[in-house]
Amino acid sequence: MLMKKALTAATALVAALGISAAEAAWKPTKPVEFVVSSGPGGGTDQFARTVQSIITKYNLLDQPIVVVNKGGGSGAEGFVYGKTAEGEPHKVIFGTNNEWLLPLVAKLAYKPEDLTPVAVMAVDEFLLWVTGDSPYQDAKSFIEAAKAEPGKIKIGGSQSKDTDHILVKQIERAAGIKVIYVPFKSGGEAATQLAGGHVDANTNNPSENIGQWKAGGVRPLCVFAPERMAKGEPVVDGKGWADIPTCKEAGIPIEHYQMPRTVFLPGGVSQDAVDFYVELLKQVREKPEWQEYITRTSQSNRFFVGEDLHTFIKNNEDEGRAVITAEGWLVK
Amino acid sequence: MDNIASLMHGFSVALTMHHVLLMMLGVLLGILVGVLPGLGAPNGVTLLMPLTFSMDPISAIILLTSMYWGALFGGSTTSILFNIPGEPSSVATTFDGHPMAKQGRATEALTYAFLSAGFGALAGVVLITLLSGWVAKFALRFSSPEFFAVYFLAFASFIGLGGASPFKTVISIMLGFAFTAVGMDTVSGNVRLTYGFDELLRGISFLVAVIGLFGIGELLLTMEEGLRFEGVKARVSPRKVFETLLTLPRYWVTLLRSALIGCWMGITPGGPTAASFMSYGLAKRFARRPEGFGQGREEGVIAPETADHAAGSSAILPMLALGIPGSATAAVMMGGLMIWGLTPGPMLFIEQKDFVWGLIASMYLGNVVAVVLVLATVPLFASILRVPFAIIGPLILVICVSGAYTVDSAAFDLWMVLIFGVLGYVFKKLDYPIAPMVLAMVLGDKAEDAFRQSVIMSGGDLSVFWSNSLVSSIMSLGILLLAWPLLTRIFRLLRPGRSTGTTTA
Repeated sequence: MLMKKALTAATALVAALGISAAEAAWKPTKPVEFVVSSGPGGGTDQFARTVQSIITKYNLLDQPIVVVNKGGGSGAEGFVYGKTAEGEPHKVIFGTNNEWLLPLVAKLAYKPEDLTPVAVMAVDEFLLWVTGDSPYQDAKSFIEAAKAEPGKIKIGGSQSKDTDHILVKQIERAAGIKVIYVPFKSGGEAATQLAGGHVDANTNNPSENIGQWKAGGVRPLCVFAPERMAKGEPVVDGKGWADIPTCKEAGIPIEHYQMPRTVFLPGGVSQDAVDFYVELLKQVREKPEWQEYITRTSQSNRFFVGEDLHTFIKNNEDEGRAVITAEGWLVK
Repeated sequence: MDNIASLMHGFSVALTMHHVLLMMLGVLLGILVGVLPGLGAPNGVTLLMPLTFSMDPISAIILLTSMYWGALFGGSTTSILFNIPGEPSSVATTFDGHPMAKQGRATEALTYAFLSAGFGALAGVVLITLLSGWVAKFALRFSSPEFFAVYFLAFASFIGLGGASPFKTVISIMLGFAFTAVGMDTVSGNVRLTYGFDELLRGISFLVAVIGLFGIGELLLTMEEGLRFEGVKARVSPRKVFETLLTLPRYWVTLLRSALIGCWMGITPGGPTAASFMSYGLAKRFARRPEGFGQGREEGVIAPETADHAAGSSAILPMLALGIPGSATAAVMMGGLMIWGLTPGPMLFIEQKDFVWGLIASMYLGNVVAVVLVLATVPLFASILRVPFAIIGPLILVICVSGAYTVDSAAFDLWMVLIFGVLGYVFKKLDYPIAPMVLAMVLGDKAEDAFRQSVIMSGGDLSVFWSNSLVSSIMSLGILLLAWPLLTRIFRLLRPGRSTGTTTA
């Protein structure tokens, strides 16, 4: 008797699930949590909050969104949190390529495969900057000076064994120079230290240095991209982002080096859930506020999903791994 | 005098009925989130942020900064009443504020705290009004060696405080350094002292530790002492507030010195927490009667509060000019700036004059509004202590636990707060001083980063700490303060006839 009751209940449950799956693939049934793998105010934080404000403004989601910052351990805290939420599609994790680079250099409680990649929504460029009154007018003279006096030039950046540090090591290799890398807490600090003339250069993203560039504290030499950046408003003295030469044409043979803004779901979620968020993020990209965010932060508006996304991650990881292995930072 | 004209223009922007109402609303909300368990200033500001997107930037920043002031005052309230610092910078206020409250002098403690905080804030704002151009440029001269020197100065001014045995002080400070080293290290990029606990990746939150050490630790002690809570005797009347107000000018030396320390730490930028500790340390060292500190001395409340708020408000300027937020709340507000279409940075002062001077003017008005409003709440808050301990005790526990949870929304922190509570209790029982550990925890990792960055820059040469006039003068001042107790003793030995029976150092 009891057995029978349980069976009917089970069939009813299966039927109910079957029906709802047939009607709509997947959609959130409770508040969605945006997990930001950086502290408040950082680049990833702005990225997540921009997406949130656009979704809220245009009512793209009938569930509320809660943003939480889990930026400990250079973002590892957020990714570990994502791992523990396995199978929970109501948690969306925002990050950068540190999702797959961090586990290479530090022993952490998650592996890159523990999370499900959803999309890359933008890529942030890296530039070589010097102080406003620096004697170096182009990348070539900078490299020559570094060659003349090995281990003399100081380049500041955010964190150790992280994106800035990897790039500086790549520059050393590509140009055959030796410099001192000084790790600071954030890109903002690296910008201030450069403007104050305490280091000779930094490799900040555009948005981290634009304030100081406008004020004459810092000056860009070249951008680590295959082609020049998009033309925008002139920033200072009629010069804008598109006037900055690529580092390759300026004499540092690095084809490209970029930081993607990534969106992840925890592992073990259904393809339907991934598709739902891809669709949602597509709508976000079409709004004027997104374009405004891209322009304001001088990022490149790129969108990778599905197969393209996997290729992108694979390539980016391979490049990072090469430097990390060569420097002996790899943990195993 | 350009600045004065700009300020007057700023007042004309800020002083409208609409804006004054926004200020009052902001301050009241701020006091609420500062005092209520489970909110706190960063969360309050985050919650309010979406509402401000439809406002013009000036109204929005006035609302948010007023809320920030309100929350800071609210944080001092819980420090004094329950020994729970709402913000890291109000830790030093608990040293004498809470003993005062326990002796039934909560009204006085709160009044002193609010008035001196208001005084400090105004001093900070006056400074940035007069020196706005210079302050931003001055902050640029600071690099890692200078930062280390500033932290060293803060340590030096605090050392030897609270007559505990030097060995116990050393143990306490070393434990603090160990706690602050937990987590990801900036300079090497390695994970330290986590022992496989993923939750320790983000490090041990300072706020969680102090809530445990002070709030829970105190609660355990009170329970042991037979649930006696002397606050019952509190005389609560609005008249007492007014009487206390009249006695404030008596402490003008402390007020002035603390305001100076606060302004200096705000612009250098050592930050409000370092400022409040340093100010407390110096108030004790240079007091005519050093005894009684830690047991409810008025100066022990006035000094840290004045310096905290002076530093907090003068730090706003470098923050806007350099784009580096000084606290979690400030970071959220800066995110807001960008969403309103303003880029923090040196150009803000040139491109957005209305906004910057409107903000500075609103800091004058907002603080005056805040002081008046919080003073009106003193009798209300002070009478909370008259509630029997059987009721207030569990409530304090709720505040501690939910306060610890909201720091990072992590359940693991609930265990941390309990562990630190027990640690605080043990420390008190064995007569180990807690303050040195707290100071090491708040400044330790910054000092370590700054030291290692300096040495990387100099290629291992320690003379980098005497490489220019700025860093050498701060370092020398630090060493002088460190040696002060020794120096006074030597002086006394040299002049034996004079000092007997006249002073105690």
